[in-house]
Amino acid sequence: MVKKVITGNSAAAYGVKLARVQVVSAYPITPQTTVVEKLADFVANGELNARFVNVESEHSALAALISASLGGARTFTATSAHGLALMHEMMHWAAGARTPVVMVNVNRAMGPPWNIWAEMTDSIAQRDTGWIQFYGESNQEVLDTMIQLYRICEDKEVMLPGMICEDAFYLSHTVLPVDIPEQEDVDRFLPPFESAYKLDFDNPVSIGSLSMPHQWYMELRYKIAESMENARKKIVEVDREFGKIFGRSYSGLVENYRGDDADLLLICAGTMASTAKDVVDEMRNEGVKAGLLRLRVFRPFPNAEIVNLVQNAKVIGVADRSISFGNQGPFFTEIKGALYGKIPTKLLKNYIVGIGGRDVTTNTLKSIFRNMASIKDHGLDEEVTWVDLKR
Amino acid sequence: MAFKSVKDVPLGPYCHLESTLINKTGEWRNMRPVLDRSKCIRCYICWKFCPDVAIKILPDGNIEHDYEFCKGCGICANECPKKAITMVREE
Repeated sequence: MVKKVITGNSAAAYGVKLARVQVVSAYPITPQTTVVEKLADFVANGELNARFVNVESEHSALAALISASLGGARTFTATSAHGLALMHEMMHWAAGARTPVVMVNVNRAMGPPWNIWAEMTDSIAQRDTGWIQFYGESNQEVLDTMIQLYRICEDKEVMLPGMICEDAFYLSHTVLPVDIPEQEDVDRFLPPFESAYKLDFDNPVSIGSLSMPHQWYMELRYKIAESMENARKKIVEVDREFGKIFGRSYSGLVENYRGDDADLLLICAGTMASTAKDVVDEMRNEGVKAGLLRLRVFRPFPNAEIVNLVQNAKVIGVADRSISFGNQGPFFTEIKGALYGKIPTKLLKNYIVGIGGRDVTTNTLKSIFRNMASIKDHGLDEEVTWVDLKR
Repeated sequence: MAFKSVKDVPLGPYCHLESTLINKTGEWRNMRPVLDRSKCIRCYICWKFCPDVAIKILPDGNIEHDYEFCKGCGICANECPKKAITMVREE
């Protein structure tokens, strides 16, 4: 095992190399570009035996990979914000055609005004396309999740595309020490892609042709929903097996950090979770029973896991690095939905933070925990608060 | 596509090529192209332009519309240099 000090984007590229991806196609966009730059190096210097397809847009990048995946190849792309938005039509196509394409999306705010910094709106807007969605906390987790994702997505009971999201710059461009697994261990964990529906000249089929209301469209959509349900247990199994081989695992769908006996339980995703862990430790030292749940997976949504993990909490705070205009933070509404009718009503509060990459500091998170403590004693002030807004 | 239930359906929208012959899209037609063979000069412009490949060239060189798949768009009638095709409302 080699340890390297590398960025999240570089870690993603090493994940692609170790997964022996066969076709890469992408279009450059900040802050994703360095993922495919690194991959272009790997391909050019012979370290990765893959076809690198240059295209004129993200829409074409994903279209190329859907075709390559139907041809039986293991595929990869990376994008961000406006690039992901341009892929939207093909996002549905990849899931509908059941092609296990894997992508890195570097979470970046949508313009206008122009902003290249961290926000999760881009990937959350792809929620209903049928893609599995992971949110990474560290560079190591990005690399490891890349390898896990191919196992999950290519499973015969799943066969869906998947993405791992990195917070712009906090992960994509920040260096951390990363263990690079041995190729032979990865090969043992991740066998070559065996497509159940590979295009075959001797047995030709048409893909995606018309299916009318009385025919099988509705049943094919039911199958996607069913496969997403299958993905839940695969994610946990694959993470556990990964742990046995590589000595690292990530608690499946939700990470519980000192949450079991917490009165004040914060739920969030991405890099702010690692800052929140420090804040939880500080609060604990001050005698406040604080805890954290980190959403590692957003689709499939960990409904049952969340219900189990919040049983003892007195106040649940949800920090969203995005906002669904006309409603509340997307994690918040989904968590409320998960809890409804499953446990006695809890005090639930939504914090909108870090929009457009505004730094979510220890002070930001302390102010959130202080507000949760106040809610515990005095009741809910308001359901949604924009934290660190210039008022 | 002879499935009985959702259990028989494959994961993805893959089907054997004949399946596109099962959907008789001609049922959607409102206007029917009718050929006056006495005016036809066998230029096959209609055959080239038909977006649904619903015009056949017969062994004797004449053309014939395939009403199982013709959706009645009228492009053949519009392109015909001899005005040999007229569009007639389906009853």
